[in-house]
Amino acid sequence: MTALLEVEDLRVAYGKIQAVKGISFTVDAGEVVTLIGTNGAGKTTTLRTLSGLLKPVGGQIRFRGKSLKKIPAHEIVSLGLAHSPEGRHIFPRMSIEDNLRLGAFLRSDKAGIEKDIQRAYGLFPILGERRKQAAGTLSGGEQQMLAMGRALMSQPQLLMLDEPSMGLSPIMMQKIMATIAELKEQGTTILLVEQNAQAALSLADQGHVMEVGNIVLSGSGRELLHDESVRKAYLGED
Amino acid sequence: MTTQTTPPKSPDIPAAGAPAGLIGIPERIARALATGGGVLAVVSTFLAWTWTDEFPGDLTFYGYPGGLQVLVLIGGALTALFGLATYGVKGLGWLTPAGGDAALKLTSLATFATAWYTVLAISFRLGGVVNLEPGGYVVAVVTLAGVLGALALPFERPEPDPIDPEASRGERFRHDAAHGWHVVKASFAAGTPRPLRRLPASLEILVIVGILAVCLLVFTYGIGTEYDELFIGFLITAGFCFAALHKAGLIAHATRITARHQNITICGAFVAAACFPFTQTDDQYATIGVYILIFATVALGLNIVVGLAGLLDLGYVAFLGVGAYAAALVSGSPSSPFDVHFPFWAAVLVGALASLVFGVLIGAPTLRLRGDYLAIVTLGFGEIFRIAANNLDGTSGPDLTNGSNGVSSVPDLEILGFDLGVHHVIGGVTIGRFANYFFLMLLITAVVVLVFRRSGDSRIGRAWVAIREDETAALAMGIHGFRVKLIAFAVGATLAGLAGTVQAHVTYTVTPEQYLFAGAIPPNSAFLLAAVVLGGMGTIGGPLIGAALLFLIPNKLQFLGNYQLFAFGLALVLLMRFRPEGLVPNRRRQLEFHEEAAAPDVLSKTGA
Repeated sequence: MTALLEVEDLRVAYGKIQAVKGISFTVDAGEVVTLIGTNGAGKTTTLRTLSGLLKPVGGQIRFRGKSLKKIPAHEIVSLGLAHSPEGRHIFPRMSIEDNLRLGAFLRSDKAGIEKDIQRAYGLFPILGERRKQAAGTLSGGEQQMLAMGRALMSQPQLLMLDEPSMGLSPIMMQKIMATIAELKEQGTTILLVEQNAQAALSLADQGHVMEVGNIVLSGSGRELLHDESVRKAYLGED
Repeated sequence: MTTQTTPPKSPDIPAAGAPAGLIGIPERIARALATGGGVLAVVSTFLAWTWTDEFPGDLTFYGYPGGLQVLVLIGGALTALFGLATYGVKGLGWLTPAGGDAALKLTSLATFATAWYTVLAISFRLGGVVNLEPGGYVVAVVTLAGVLGALALPFERPEPDPIDPEASRGERFRHDAAHGWHVVKASFAAGTPRPLRRLPASLEILVIVGILAVCLLVFTYGIGTEYDELFIGFLITAGFCFAALHKAGLIAHATRITARHQNITICGAFVAAACFPFTQTDDQYATIGVYILIFATVALGLNIVVGLAGLLDLGYVAFLGVGAYAAALVSGSPSSPFDVHFPFWAAVLVGALASLVFGVLIGAPTLRLRGDYLAIVTLGFGEIFRIAANNLDGTSGPDLTNGSNGVSSVPDLEILGFDLGVHHVIGGVTIGRFANYFFLMLLITAVVVLVFRRSGDSRIGRAWVAIREDETAALAMGIHGFRVKLIAFAVGATLAGLAGTVQAHVTYTVTPEQYLFAGAIPPNSAFLLAAVVLGGMGTIGGPLIGAALLFLIPNKLQFLGNYQLFAFGLALVLLMRFRPEGLVPNRRRQLEFHEEAAAPDVLSKTGA
């Protein structure tokens, strides 16, 4: 069986500055794979390249066996790759329901869209309670829920979450992580980018540690969680 | 070092927080003065204010108010009503759901300003106060008393900010001025509106009919004002009274009712607009009506591009021009190089199609740009259109548009055997040429409103707003940014072209000079954009009201002459400072400009 997503020697640059210097990894269907690393390691750049917002300088991206290199962003979504961007990027002055509907922009099955909206409300009850409110009135954690719910609306084969725990209170972070675990139970394939290595690794089947544009360490979530160097660098233990 | 945080209080300034008025008159007397001032102002309008009919409006009669007196009468009556409502008179409570004091102050000001403006205008025009009859003095005194009383009504004074005792004199002055401004603002602040009893649906619809009737009346009155003084008086009265109704909480209440019955309101508004020609005795003001409608319709089309999709288009008037030229060229005009005479429906299709093609042609290369760059390029294309139309005259280019002379003698339309060029008598009312075109234009406006509403509420409308709000996130949703923007551009262009086809027939002649970037006469690109911004971006009502105001004010105040653009610029700056979301705010926009304000519970998609 080929992997759902195959990334091979991916290189991305902003002008002359190489942000991603040739990384390779795969994501299998049903897996949760996480990229961890400090600021500037190239995690977000990788995700933005996968979803077509940035163009790679070199290397290969194959999603369901198809190369994504020449495909524009809006078509990548229709292939089944959803991106919940860093900093949430919800539409603050649109209602919560309209935000969700925009997530299903490429779908035309009205009944299915309604069903998935209800599913999002089931996953995040707070969204259902405030469906007509402007999304900008939600708290940070609720906005993150909305961003995740919105990404799910496109019925993705692979959901890419960029730092869902950024700037959240510990309680809110736990809730978000619990939801990711729930999505995993339901069989959603997730590529998770996180700075919170502890939380991400305890969820993940596979983990990759990024440093200045390279993957320096790979392994299963459990392995990395117990790896000496990871513990030192990211979990703040001596 | 210790810092003194509270400023020394002088004994004559009331303590902050304690209710007190701007003027030291006891509250009971003040309220009586304000209310009584209103009543007496009404009475005084039945007196003669001057001895000669040289002042327009003929204010010489006893027992019969005329001209500006009517405006003072309305202001006085409203003042009296609000005054009585603040006394808690039974049956008037519904007038002031948000408290009546602020409204009372504003209506008193309206009466005072209009009355004093009239008295001063009489004195200046006729050469001195000797020309005033006793009635003139009476109204001046009672309105002054009324406004003094109203300003003495107590209000919650804001706490002054602490000032650094070592502040320089300049800083002190700025601090005091800022505090003074806060106090004045607080004196006109309204309370939170208490919810009014919900009426049964049928009664609410009746209320809507009443509101629309009042709107039609106000609009017809404004359009029909015959001399400068009356129009200025109208603006003063209407402006202050609108503010008063707003402060009383009535506007918010009306908005809620109309929002509940949106379709009925829109249909009713069209019926009310269609009634307008029947209120006129000749075609003089129907001309203004049809020009306002053309202007407003194009502004509404621009609102799709600017208000919904957020694309700043400074050359929009070119699309109106393309539509007008296309319709004129196939109209059978003798100066058209094509010897064809299309029926109206075909001409409309040709005009709209030509604009659509032009819109896509201009949009395809330019929409790859963002923000300011797009604005500059569209500005350039707008000018290119005008200059090209000037040059396609057979000498400097192929003969198409007849150069600067334009396509002239565009024949009048005939639709289903109904000749729009001659007057008809319907139900005893003569409907003249411009009134005919007014009805036709109203139809086009209805189409544009329909397109605006349908597209604004649809999938594509959501995509436009998404692109405007956050292009990156929109792309991540799978929205094809360029295509969606091009659709907005094309739809906007088509709607403008639609209006252009009618414009060509109304004005008889289509010349390049009608389609400037900025000029004294609307529609031009600058005025169109101003109408959208002034009225409220992303709404239907906003551009319509904005366009009506922007057309009427220069049209009525001819004496402004060369200062017109200056006054207009000043008004825009003030508006942007104090009400950046426009006269009719989109609820989404209000959230953007007033983050501190309470978030609305429910968002509408296209606003009011």
